[in-house]
Amino acid sequence: MPFALSADRERELTEILSRYPTKMAATLPALHLMQEQEGWVSEEMMIWLAHKLDVSPAHVRGVVTFYPLFNQEPVGKHQVWVCRTLPCALRGAGDVIKHCEKKLGVHVGHTTKDGKITLRTAECLASCGTAPMMQVDKEYHENLTTERIDQILEKLQRD
Amino acid sequence: MIKTCNHLTKHYGKPNGWSLDAYEREGGYKAARRVLTEMTREQVTDEAKKANIRGRGGAGFPMGVKWSFMPKQAPAGKPMYLAVNADESEPGTHKDRTIMEENPHSVVEGCIIACYGIGANKAWIYVRDELHLARERLWAAIKEAKQKGYLGANPFGKAYPIDIVVHTGGGTYICGEETAMLNSLEGKRGEPRLKPPFPAQAGAFGMPTTVNNLETIAIVPTAFEMGCDKFSQQSALHDLKDGGCRLYGVNGHVKKPQVIELAVGVTMRELIYDIGGGVTGDREILGVIPGGSSTPVLLPTETIHAPDEKSPLHRFHGVNVLDVPLGVDTMRIAGTMLGTCCVTVMAVGTCPVLAMENLMQFYRHESCGQCTPCREGSAWLKRVVTKILDGESSMEELNELHDIANSIMGNTICAFGEGTAMPAMAFLKKYRKDFEKYVRGEKTRKDARLTVT
Ligand SMILES: Cc1cc2nc3c(=O)[nH]c(=O)nc-3n(C[C@H](O)[C@H](O)[C@H](O)COP(=O)(O)O)c2cc1C
Ligand code: SF4
Ligand code: FES
Repeated sequence: MPFALSADRERELTEILSRYPTKMAATLPALHLMQEQEGWVSEEMMIWLAHKLDVSPAHVRGVVTFYPLFNQEPVGKHQVWVCRTLPCALRGAGDVIKHCEKKLGVHVGHTTKDGKITLRTAECLASCGTAPMMQVDKEYHENLTTERIDQILEKLQRD
Repeated sequence: MIKTCNHLTKHYGKPNGWSLDAYEREGGYKAARRVLTEMTREQVTDEAKKANIRGRGGAGFPMGVKWSFMPKQAPAGKPMYLAVNADESEPGTHKDRTIMEENPHSVVEGCIIACYGIGANKAWIYVRDELHLARERLWAAIKEAKQKGYLGANPFGKAYPIDIVVHTGGGTYICGEETAMLNSLEGKRGEPRLKPPFPAQAGAFGMPTTVNNLETIAIVPTAFEMGCDKFSQQSALHDLKDGGCRLYGVNGHVKKPQVIELAVGVTMRELIYDIGGGVTGDREILGVIPGGSSTPVLLPTETIHAPDEKSPLHRFHGVNVLDVPLGVDTMRIAGTMLGTCCVTVMAVGTCPVLAMENLMQFYRHESCGQCTPCREGSAWLKRVVTKILDGESSMEELNELHDIANSIMGNTICAFGEGTAMPAMAFLKKYRKDFEKYVRGEKTRKDARLTVT
């Protein structure tokens, strides 16, 4: 089936376009909207957006490849990002990462076999005062302990 | 000296503290109303200068002076803009997020005053993508303010339209650099632009634009409500034109990491021991990074060098770096930078070589790649530090590291280059003996730790 935005998201895109003096400026918000629906951004989606915004597919591809939060291939249903940068590392991020790998049975950068969880590391997430921390989908989990991590991951595994 | 304030933080942690009701109950929007209904644009910029607000994004440029760089008159029929930087990605920085989540109306009110002061009718707030709750709170605050008629065609009844739009990035540190942010706002790859032109000449969408950090803007209503001169005088560094109060962060190896609002003038020692509850495990300090990973690390034994008796900074000559008021100019004479004013503490027991490897991995990952010295240099720094930790390096290579870092300096489009090279050189110089131990095989990666108890 060719790519299409849901009716709700199509309306949201129209609203987004009204905010900016150029159509090109909607590239990032539109990509976020599309990824929210599909979980990633395919070549076909990039071409769809290029038409929509009157920009070249090369422009859209250039943007997608520049920003690491756009997935260029399908990922798990849930995204787990553990902050690895120094302030978190000083407070045990290294152990958090190891624990997540063990608990999920995957290495950083990979998705569990059942396709549920993708585990990745993140660079400083502006939460160093409540380190160690991780982001799960849109939510922050701070001041992590082993028990908290287990609760969070088990909930995702059950989902 | 510790002088606590609660201008921004009084709403923190309160139920619905982020709502318009809560904000107005504490006197919110009075300043914006007065500015728009009683003051001219020139009066606003003149008053703003008196607040001595030094940019909270890292460089510490005086806010009021920056505002006055905007053209008096917009180019015929063209818009001018305010762009608020809430990319908050500098490692060790955790303050802007708290404002957006807990006191978003201070940002909205700050945008209204700033837009009026610089002659703009639209503010863009660029929030890093990961901060979903922050963005949600900002949008909600904008909506509430619109419903009240504080934004829109006639804010507070004045025929001066003001609109605010929240924009988002895609997970790159470099989009915090102001011109990269503007490219990203325009829907492009977030690559920094060559300057000039500066944003005040040609910024967002080619139009004159003032770029300010989110905290810089959020504190503006407080300054105007207090009177900008009085606001500035809260600071122990008022005479150095480093005024008012700001959010200080403390993280890493302290017992109580946190963000706190204080008058400018607190010392690092007070921040670490009195606010932060002391060093983890009551250890000694190995080093402190004063304001984000791009600011060179300080040893607890360093002192300030300001021998010139005519300099207003001479009063700090010979003082231990932990005992001077934390300010833009005091940190500069300490050989580092105040940066984002969030202090990262490393206790004795931390391996500085491993700490440097962690940071160099960050810079290698985040270089946008436009300039060869930055792209290649950051990758090289990471590679060699890793080799050192793995016992695969030599003294020659260790000596070369400094030259690699130095060759990045001054040869790049944006300040990311210096932000990588300066902390690298500080680690190499100040912890040289540790690096040598790994090269000589007296220590191995197995001994290297970042956590302490
Ligand atoms: C690599 C790099 C990253 C930066 N990241 C941020 C950031 O996340 N937030 C910010 O406000 N300023 C950041 N800055 C500084 C901005 O370029 C700019 O100076 C600042 O937003 C101006 O606001 P201010 O004068 O209010 O501080 C960064 C600069 C560089 C070179
Ligand atoms: S200095 Fe680095 S980050 Fe800045 S423009 Fe050059 S390559 Fe990009
Ligand atoms: S280092 Fe992890 S949130 Fe800042």
